[in-house]
Amino acid sequence: MNGSLAIARRELSAFFNSPIAYIVLCGFLLVAGWLYFSTLFLGGQASLRGFFSIAPVLFVVFAPAVTMRLIAEEKKAGSLELLLTWPLEEWQVVLGKFAAALGLVAVGLAFTLPYAFTVSSLTAQPGTFDWGPVVGGYLGLTLMAASFLAVGLWASAVSKNQIVAFIAGLLLCFALYFVDKVAPLFPDAIGGLLQYLSVDYHFENVARGVLDTRDLLFYASLTTGALLLTTRTLAAARR
Amino acid sequence: MARKFGDRAAMSQPMVSIRGLKKSYGPTQALKGVDFEVPKGQVVGFLGPNGAGKSTTMKVLAGYVLADEGVATVAGIAVGPDSVEARKRIGYLPENNPIAEDMMVLDFLRFVAEVRGVPKAQRRARLQAAIERCGLGGVLGKDIGQLSKGYRQRVGLAQAILHEPDLLILDEPTSGLDPNQIVEIRKLITELGREKTVILSTHILSEVENTCQRVLIINDGRLVADGAPEALRKGEGTVTVVVASRVGVNVEADKVRAVLEGVPGVTRVEPSEGEGGGSLGFALRYQAEDPRRGVFEAAVKHDLLLLEMRHQQVSLEDTFRKLTARAEVRP
Repeated sequence: MNGSLAIARRELSAFFNSPIAYIVLCGFLLVAGWLYFSTLFLGGQASLRGFFSIAPVLFVVFAPAVTMRLIAEEKKAGSLELLLTWPLEEWQVVLGKFAAALGLVAVGLAFTLPYAFTVSSLTAQPGTFDWGPVVGGYLGLTLMAASFLAVGLWASAVSKNQIVAFIAGLLLCFALYFVDKVAPLFPDAIGGLLQYLSVDYHFENVARGVLDTRDLLFYASLTTGALLLTTRTLAAARR
Repeated sequence: MARKFGDRAAMSQPMVSIRGLKKSYGPTQALKGVDFEVPKGQVVGFLGPNGAGKSTTMKVLAGYVLADEGVATVAGIAVGPDSVEARKRIGYLPENNPIAEDMMVLDFLRFVAEVRGVPKAQRRARLQAAIERCGLGGVLGKDIGQLSKGYRQRVGLAQAILHEPDLLILDEPTSGLDPNQIVEIRKLITELGREKTVILSTHILSEVENTCQRVLIINDGRLVADGAPEALRKGEGTVTVVVASRVGVNVEADKVRAVLEGVPGVTRVEPSEGEGGGSLGFALRYQAEDPRRGVFEAAVKHDLLLLEMRHQQVSLEDTFRKLTARAEVRP
């Protein structure tokens, strides 16, 4: 556990000591801000629903951007050799890197909290703002980000090249986002399955403020599965 | 109790034991069965042409790469898929020293100490000791990417000794350094070798003669020589002599040659350049026994003037070339 913590701390400081974190965060906040303002005044409602409905697309792009260098760069620079000869299990390395990525996304999400507070002050009568969907929305975004980051981390473990890792991660995340959009084209049985596989479908449930164990289980298993896969891929570097 | 027992067991067992190690990368067989043992406290030099399997052996031992067949143990613990315990006892400096470019020296060493699980209470002292030992005091605040190669190498060494490992594995620790830096790093390695078991690989043969008690030469995935640097020369050499006759007496090359061939220890005599003026030169090869005394006595006995006698031992280079020559002919 200590090993994971050390890795996570090192990766977080690496993010913030290089332009990557700032570029990713600025990009994220710019697009998020634009999404927020462009939907807020159209609806004429004091809610973040417009923002939350498009935010998943944002993460399809930003999650792989955060994770792309985490393992690919170590492979390319050769420092993976040093990393794998330290007394750490592979899962500790993966967990540490994942935690750092999640930390960076959490910082990005924290910067969007002012939107929620501005919206809450826009209600006609003070104190009547419905916080349920907001809390659910943020929880959903965090869960979704975690699963996208885990998938992106695997993409980073597969390739030596950051760009390849980014594009592979982007495609995988997009597929996970998009899969339920084509569900109506298929018979019900398959459509239901596709819906279940969709990150966005589960996000909509959580963002409505409905906490269902099925949704939580989906995110937990997707994240864990992707992290386990990453661990296996990393261990295969020893061959 | 358990600890005490472990210590006693460690006394009798070798620090490193490698048995029948085989490893292939795709179709190329990098190691074709390597066996050796290294007792505690020995400094071992690993020699071999590029691609002979030096780095692969070291990578397996360091726990980076898994062997296809065979066993490698460090302090009695197998280095394998779950080799965390073995890896704790090893300090490893990989070839080309791939360390984080974007970190400050001190931050990097702190990070390594943390990852290595150096107890918090000892961390400060260990860091200080490693920094002092590797002479890094002046560059602690610099980014590793800005350092010269010599300093980078020192950071790599500091990283490898932070946790006070029993075994140091150094893959080409002096490659790419300038002569001054080489001397410094070599000094450091000699110092470390006083208390630790060290395995280092190198291309510089004189380095092995200076720093190592034992040499392993690997060629084409197999160990071809194992012994002290002096022993590897096997007492072979050449004595070059230039003889002349006393004034008025003619020297006959054939006669002198016959005399020299009769000297005990000499295995072959070849004529070489004389110095003119009736002098003759010969190169005497010997295998085991140094023939210089015999040459002098023979000269006295046969009334020859010895103008020059030069002794040349076979260098480690020659041994190395002879043992590894076959690989270079291959396509």
